[in-house]
Amino acid sequence: MADLSTTFLGISSPNPFWLASAPPTDKEYNVRRAFEAGWGGVVWKTLGAEGPPVVNVNGPRYGAIYGADRRLLGLNNIELITDRPLEVNLEEIARVKADYPDRAMIVSIMVPCEEQAWKDILPRVEETNADGIELNFGCPHGMSERGMGAAVGQVPEYIEMVTRWCKQYYKRPVIVKLTPNITDVRYPARAARNGGADAVSLINTISSITSVNLDTMSPEPSIDGKGSHGGYCGPAVKPIAMNMVAEIARDPETRGMPISGIGGITTWRDAAEYISLGCGNVQVCTAAMTYGFRVVEEMKAGLSRWMDEKGHASVQDFIGQAVPNVTDWQYLNLNYVAKARIDQDACIKCGRCFAACEDTSHQAIAIKPGRVFEVIDEECVACNLCVDVCPVQDCITMEQMAPGTVDPRTGRVVEAEYANWTTHPNNPAAAKAAE
Amino acid sequence: MADRQLENGIVPGRLPEDTLAANFADLHPAFAPHEAAVAADRCYFCYDAPCVTACPTAIDIPLFIRQIQVGQPEAAARTIFDQNILGGMCARVCPTEQLCEQACVREAAEGKPVEIGRLQRHATDAQMRKSGHPYQRGARTGKSVAVVGAGPAGLACAHRLAMLGHDVALFDAREKPGGLNEYGIAAYKTPEGFAQAEVEWLLGIGGIALHHGKMLGRDVTLRELQDDHDAVFLGMGLGGVNALRAPGEDKTGVRDAVDFIADLRQASDLAALPVGRNVVVIGGGMTAIDAAVQSKLLGAETVTVAYRRSRAEMSASGFEQDLAAARGVRLMFNVQPVAVHGNGAAAEIELAYTTSRDGGLQPTGETVRIAADQVFKAIGQTLVAAPDGLTLTGGKIAVTGPGRTGLAGVWAGGDCAAGGDDLTVTAVAEGRDAALDIHASLTR
Repeated sequence: MADLSTTFLGISSPNPFWLASAPPTDKEYNVRRAFEAGWGGVVWKTLGAEGPPVVNVNGPRYGAIYGADRRLLGLNNIELITDRPLEVNLEEIARVKADYPDRAMIVSIMVPCEEQAWKDILPRVEETNADGIELNFGCPHGMSERGMGAAVGQVPEYIEMVTRWCKQYYKRPVIVKLTPNITDVRYPARAARNGGADAVSLINTISSITSVNLDTMSPEPSIDGKGSHGGYCGPAVKPIAMNMVAEIARDPETRGMPISGIGGITTWRDAAEYISLGCGNVQVCTAAMTYGFRVVEEMKAGLSRWMDEKGHASVQDFIGQAVPNVTDWQYLNLNYVAKARIDQDACIKCGRCFAACEDTSHQAIAIKPGRVFEVIDEECVACNLCVDVCPVQDCITMEQMAPGTVDPRTGRVVEAEYANWTTHPNNPAAAKAAE
Repeated sequence: MADRQLENGIVPGRLPEDTLAANFADLHPAFAPHEAAVAADRCYFCYDAPCVTACPTAIDIPLFIRQIQVGQPEAAARTIFDQNILGGMCARVCPTEQLCEQACVREAAEGKPVEIGRLQRHATDAQMRKSGHPYQRGARTGKSVAVVGAGPAGLACAHRLAMLGHDVALFDAREKPGGLNEYGIAAYKTPEGFAQAEVEWLLGIGGIALHHGKMLGRDVTLRELQDDHDAVFLGMGLGGVNALRAPGEDKTGVRDAVDFIADLRQASDLAALPVGRNVVVIGGGMTAIDAAVQSKLLGAETVTVAYRRSRAEMSASGFEQDLAAARGVRLMFNVQPVAVHGNGAAAEIELAYTTSRDGGLQPTGETVRIAADQVFKAIGQTLVAAPDGLTLTGGKIAVTGPGRTGLAGVWAGGDCAAGGDDLTVTAVAEGRDAALDIHASLTR
């Protein structure tokens, strides 16, 4: 059996599955039940400064996007940070940590960008004996209007400044949670690093409107006929988040900085993908909010089984294994040639591959009598759209053409040597270099 | 009441009323909205979808299911009705397991097709619940068409003609319109007076004058219709029933299955409807199954379907066979009636075992006698009193293309016309296509 226990910034947890700072981690009752359900750690719902707590709306806080059979694919929210008194949260954090010493307990914090505010709260958090803190520089709604959350995360200088304060006034690890609502995530990540952050976690939620009520003409979720952008999360954001993780993992300036991966993690496979892209652990929210805490059982069992199959004794063994394979487009091998292949035994003859290819791609699929769909190699550019739209997994596959064979589309012999755009004759820059 | 169940002879009230009500409830009940959403989400929106090809009326099934998915069942209904104005009835009575659902790619993929029939009902019910009729009558052409038979073929023809602006005189021999929808289909497939409600809704387009109690050849002649109208469509179905041609056929208790089904459909009180203790149905089609299952549901102790050929050759679908078996009907294959025995009233039927040889049926020499105080004949229907001048083929009116008969100005469709399966949906397609052809000829 593979060892799922992880040590992230020196903080150990029995498995890499933490609950992200969000409604599921807002209070002792939930967190105790989460630990009983088997979660490796939690990031406590974001604490604000001492004083009257924030207030939330009293109408809907969430909006959703669905796939077939109303499967929840994306969730957005306009909930703010914890609306419970600071002291209550701190007491509960201390109690739970004392009762679950083997689990990771991180406290998320969001206070104004003033040194005194951080100086005030950090010692009190430290007293709880929590394992570390996460700086919420990510929430795009509500708090950002007050100069916090994403408003900080969008200004690298602020990130660096606040991170430095935290490292100064707090002894344990500091994780900086990044907002995806920026153009290039590497800049805030570098700022966190420069400020002395021990790790970054990402992504926070994406600014979003999930739907419009066409009767009231109000965005959803609607509060008395008005809507405000919320933060988008869930399976739909995973591709965006994984790219941002990979960008940080392969950036020369931040390479090697620990990353806690967040964004639509729903299954063991999602977690394994994030870890392979450089994450030391993962944080989950929407999956728990959709299915309850029990989903972690599948995640743990699945990851363990897969690790056994691959011979990974511990999570550490495959952290970042996919990072060297994330590259720029210009370095992709242009001599790699593939063709779509349709397994006629698996085909159920729905014809979606044909409709997609014929109407929107390269007219590379033919219908033969009896609704037999066949690839026309002379036209197929191996775009993969047929694979993506086929309802039957592995019915259509992309098969590499062996070097030495002739690609019927181009009439050219497939070459064995790697060759990319930087040296391609059509590349004006390459031509210049060759002169 | 319960002890009447074991009473010999043909008696009413074998089962208590609440049992009868449960027995004759909707075979395929309407989807609740959530069920419809789940079912609709399974459709793959296939290219050149096989289900459409398999539908005799070529309803754009992927489109209407997509319209259900996006929350517009009335738009879905429009897609259905554009092709098949009796889409509501077809959703209930079509043998979908032999048509669209058999062709569904998810049948190939998982052995579980998208439930097209029930989704169609979901859509058409949504539209028909609304007041009014969704189609407008076209601008008046001043032409008049006589349509004979207010069954599926005639109704579809009449509606399409009205849409195109023609005046329609619709003649039907019976008291009520609907044809087999009203008189010939098992009650549990179309309960709660749906057949009449549908006709009423369909006639809502206007321009169709219904003349009931008018039988072709008895009350009105083809010649008269030709003289009074610009075109004639014949869709009167098959009025005759094949005989057993076995001794004892005249005994009390031996009757046509279609009459039994018609009585049942018209009965206001099922408990007052008599049925035998031991019922034998001769035949292998939908009518045989409908008569057998309903006999069982009325409380017959034993019900047997005796079919002269093999199971594979039975025209009733596998679904219908399973339905009968599940209701406790015994299916016997390769047996044909030799004689009905009894002293005045039927008491037993003697069946001879058969075997198929060289394409023909041969008796094996072995016979069996089973108790039968009621025998239903369901061995096919025939066209009776076809008007002179029409060419017949295989006992039905010969047609070419969209229902053109040998007589100029006369079209035919539905069961009385040759070609096509004797299905409601096929009759609708033929009536609709004949209307379009009539329109083309009248407006040329």
